[in-house]
Amino acid sequence: MTVALTLTVLLVLAVAGFVLGRRRAVASAQGNIRVLHSLPNYYGWHGAIMAAVPALLALAVWLILQPMVVERQVLGYFPADSVESDAARTLIMADVRRVANGLDVAVARGALTDVQAREVSTTTGSIREVLGTVGVALGAEVTPQVLEAAQRSRELNLSGAWMRTVLTLTLALAGLAYAIKVTDKDFRARNRVERVMLALLMLASTIAILTTVGIVMSMLTESLRFFSMYPWQDFFLSLTWSPSFQGNSQLGLAPLLWGTLYISLVSMLVAVPIGLFTAIYLAEYASPRLRAIIKPMIEIIAGIPTVVFGLFALVTVGPFLRDAFAQPLGLGTSGSSVMTAGIVIGILNIPFISSLADDIINAVPQSMRDGSYGLGATKSETIRQVVLPAALPGVVGAILLAASRAIGETMIVVMGAGAAARLDLNPFEAMTTITVKIVSQLTGDTEFNSPETLVAFALGMTLFVITLGLNIVALIIVRKYREQYE
Amino acid sequence: MNDMRIVERDVDTQKAKITARGVQVHYGTTHALKDVNVDILDNTVTAFIGPSGCGKSTFLRCLNRMNDTVASARVSGEILIDGENIYDKRVDPVQLRAKVGMVFQKPNPFPKSIYDNVAYGPKIHGMTRNKADLDEIVESALRKAALWNEAKDRLNAPGTGLSGGQQQRLCIARAIATSPEVLLMDEPCSALDPIATAQVEELIDELRASFSVVIVTHSMQQAARVSQRTAFFHLGNLVEYGETGTIFTNPTDPRTESYISGRIG
Ligand SMILES: Nc1ncnc2c1ncn2[C@@H]1O[C@H](COP(=O)(O)OP(=O)(O)OP(=O)(O)O)[C@@H](O)[C@H]1O
Ligand SMILES: [Mg+2]
Repeated sequence: MTVALTLTVLLVLAVAGFVLGRRRAVASAQGNIRVLHSLPNYYGWHGAIMAAVPALLALAVWLILQPMVVERQVLGYFPADSVESDAARTLIMADVRRVANGLDVAVARGALTDVQAREVSTTTGSIREVLGTVGVALGAEVTPQVLEAAQRSRELNLSGAWMRTVLTLTLALAGLAYAIKVTDKDFRARNRVERVMLALLMLASTIAILTTVGIVMSMLTESLRFFSMYPWQDFFLSLTWSPSFQGNSQLGLAPLLWGTLYISLVSMLVAVPIGLFTAIYLAEYASPRLRAIIKPMIEIIAGIPTVVFGLFALVTVGPFLRDAFAQPLGLGTSGSSVMTAGIVIGILNIPFISSLADDIINAVPQSMRDGSYGLGATKSETIRQVVLPAALPGVVGAILLAASRAIGETMIVVMGAGAAARLDLNPFEAMTTITVKIVSQLTGDTEFNSPETLVAFALGMTLFVITLGLNIVALIIVRKYREQYE
Repeated sequence: MNDMRIVERDVDTQKAKITARGVQVHYGTTHALKDVNVDILDNTVTAFIGPSGCGKSTFLRCLNRMNDTVASARVSGEILIDGENIYDKRVDPVQLRAKVGMVFQKPNPFPKSIYDNVAYGPKIHGMTRNKADLDEIVESALRKAALWNEAKDRLNAPGTGLSGGQQQRLCIARAIATSPEVLLMDEPCSALDPIATAQVEELIDELRASFSVVIVTHSMQQAARVSQRTAFFHLGNLVEYGETGTIFTNPTDPRTESYISGRIG
């Protein structure tokens, strides 16, 4: 039975669980639902949950585990040394899967019978041709090992599917039977359903946390591999970044970190005042009609792809800054510069700050403003001394979000500030950031076994630590002021 | 209403501080206040009484133009304070509100420390030259509002962390710290216990010496205790206005009579 069909059956069983659970509860109360512990629908939901949830969980676990088991079995057909590296293993598994799929298709189209597909071997003819006739193109002739492995994997998958179906349906029926058995008028279905809801919510948050942990772990292991090949002192303390794939690279973090922080600083200097002032204008001064027009217009900016902003930086802002400021001031002749990228990222971030801050300022209760006006304060005094402090935690959050975006922005930096790692104070000089270098170290057909590629993970880790630090600092600020202001 | 103490009702001066003529207020299509005419006297406590929703707060908010902040509100008619029409274009509502202080129906302390809440008005009006002066103003305002004993050890704690009744007294302290000429108080004792109520009433009586005080209250006893003049509102109309003693003992309008004796409300 296919997964889709199993799911359909489960759905039917869940509906049955709902109807039966509800009916049995009502029957046990002789139709007087006042004597039931919970409302009838809770008994229904209990029945449905018992029928569906354990079975679904089992199905999910099975679907995750089965490919792993199959891969293990299949790899047994190949000599141990040929499947040692990750890359080789991935390649072989891809081959096996393609052939197995090809066999499936061939059986489905009638080019092979089921038995033939199971028995066929490389000695009786070309598998490639047979599969070619049903439209499965293989790059090269199939080796006996791959064919055998493919056949084995088909076998395992088939029997796995059977066992999976049996297990799932048994669980569903058992759950259903259990639910019907325990349902009577004193059964606390409502509490049970409530607990299942809680478990679902916890599961959802666990998934988010586990993903984060997973990302950090993988970055950490790769970073450690990098540091086993490249001295950490050099990475953190060297002032030069000059990777070369012939070896002998200098992979100093400093110029990239400097570029990242410099560009982010410029962008925040643009985005925070403009965004905040816009928000204040929108929330406190603009008439509702004007606000309804201006707000969506500003938010359009947020919908423009960053690569378009990159073009804007490259074609318009860069040359303008060069001709208007850099050259007259004798600060260089580069069109790509920290200023260009910083300003354009700042513009990109304006709607982020303005839109969020606007909502937050609007959420400050009117009674607070009234209190201030009632004491004879002007509008701007009220905003500065009452509204903004009350909105501060949220505003800091908005600014932080924008800062994280500025630090992580890549496209605009490539097009606006270039890709040259440089340690310089001149804002009209081309520089680059950590994210850009992560991309450039990983593009191309490289394997993850040289410091030049693995450095990307160390850079990623650094970026992660910076953003984390930023978050913690903001949290401290917010908490400090919240103590005072709430 | 046996415990009603009818205090001496000699009104020191008969000079009108506020004169309202033909005041009408609309909120969108709701006609909340209908042709109110009243003279509020200087150095007098005036009580506004009336059933819920009859327009007491609305009229109070007209007196310091707080209705300007309500988008749907339209005020017409004329309100003179010291002979000057406060709805005149030349009048700056900000200055007006510094002169006409207000304690709101719902306590609305700022999300700041207790000290900063009280110091807010004096600071924005530049009333003090140094910290010591400010400390003094804050302390005396808190003392007058009967909050000093509870707050003196936690002046830096947030004002929003106080209890409901404490917040109400904080708002009173905040309003009197700016020394307004007129103080509008919208149910200032609604969340106070009898002792704090008595203290605030004492304060109101003290304030009368220098300010003109308008107080909205749902407590007949309170109106009788603290006020010299009483205005009775009903469904947006000012039904009756006069000496507190007269209103309570000998009202002319039958609606006043039934409200006071508890038949409508
Ligand atoms: N902001 C507003 N928007 C629309 N209608 C309002 C607004 N404020 C008050 N009203 C209406 O105006 C009328 C008078 O309200 P007001 O607040 O003055 O009553 P009140 O006499 O103070 O009542 P209470 O004793 O309950 O405080 C009511 O019908 C009320 O619904
Ligand atoms: Mg009111």
